[in-house]
Amino acid sequence: MANTMQFDLVSPERSLASLSATAVQLPGADGDMTAMPDHAPTITTLRPGILKVEAPEGSSEYLVTGGFAQINGDGLSVLAEKAIPVAEVTRSHLDDLVAEARASHEAAKAGDDQTIVDDAAKLLADMEALGTHMSL
Amino acid sequence: MPNLKDLKNRIESVKSTRKITKAMQMVAAAKLRRAQESAEASRPYAERFNAVMAGLAASVGGSDSAPKLLRGTGSDDVHLLVVMTAERGLCGGFNSSIAKLARVKAEELRLKGKTVKVLTVGKKGRDALKRDLGDLFVGHIDLSEVKRLGYTNAQDIAKDVLSRFDGGEFDVATIFYSKFVNVVTQIPTAQQVIPASFEDTEGDDSDAVFDYEPSEEAILADLLPKGVATAIFSALLENGASEQGARMSAMDNATRNAGEMIDKLTIQYNRSRQAVITNELIEIISGAEAL
Repeated sequence: MANTMQFDLVSPERSLASLSATAVQLPGADGDMTAMPDHAPTITTLRPGILKVEAPEGSSEYLVTGGFAQINGDGLSVLAEKAIPVAEVTRSHLDDLVAEARASHEAAKAGDDQTIVDDAAKLLADMEALGTHMSL
Repeated sequence: MPNLKDLKNRIESVKSTRKITKAMQMVAAAKLRRAQESAEASRPYAERFNAVMAGLAASVGGSDSAPKLLRGTGSDDVHLLVVMTAERGLCGGFNSSIAKLARVKAEELRLKGKTVKVLTVGKKGRDALKRDLGDLFVGHIDLSEVKRLGYTNAQDIAKDVLSRFDGGEFDVATIFYSKFVNVVTQIPTAQQVIPASFEDTEGDDSDAVFDYEPSEEAILADLLPKGVATAIFSALLENGASEQGARMSAMDNATRNAGEMIDKLTIQYNRSRQAVITNELIEIISGAEAL
């Protein structure tokens, strides 16, 4: 049985990682999930969060801000809108993201579509939780 | 016959023009490499995205619950043409060929009795279309301040387009840009982005049955706006590479033409100089003979 799978992390601007991994933990929209080799084929959207990759060479973490993941039996592709290796994330990155989320929340509140307001509030909460999680 | 001084000035001015065009060519070559690199770097994302969307669209597309962005509004009376061109000129036929394609398309749609609206991205396209389609302009997006094209630029454009779509301003959106083939060939292209159509370029894993989390519809609704941004982003990058490629070959031509002109003027200059000397000699000799 294969104990690794191909993992690709791509953003619109460039491809960030392409390696074989043993497990990948994803911040799925409906909850975190971990994909391992021979996972059932799944497509899920992502919420902002931390993506953990475990590879034989060691594990790495990325901050992703939404996008989606496609899981095949033998591979996993994550298409993130923005992805930054956690080691490179600074407080100011996060502040920018939180400020952006807050701005869209405020903008949504001005409108009258409740679902958009809820979505924006959730995004803002996700962003803030991310900051706490990373203890920045 | 122009006198010697004029010729000399002329040669000097052509020489400095040649220097400028040569420099522009080299700058364009350097920028082209960078533009090509970023176009290449963005390709994996676009390909995978389209592959996933193609699968999703195929399974949800037929139903009535499919999002508007995929299904369309049910009519195609109002067309939005998003014309993407460069911010600068001096790049051969790059801007005008995109503008021409847009103009032809707009004319065609108008003959069919459709309403046409035009959104321009990039100053040059706006200038080129102002005379013929000026009354159809609904907006303009300026990228002249942008040093390096990023996904956020595409997102901004997509946001603008989508908010117009949500506001019911148009039914069909088409983007116009130039596809980069190589330095001498760029193909002006029209691509429909709303309602979306996806080509599965990978097409190898279409037999896999996926679980969707949350539902297929929810994912599709989430991803379709991103699809517009992705399409616009790749168009922007293609355009960037095409622009630099076109400028490079245009400036190469200009440099060569300037060189030829300098040669021609130099010959003319030498001839006139000789003629002047001969004239003076004749005057001296005939003066001496008259004594």
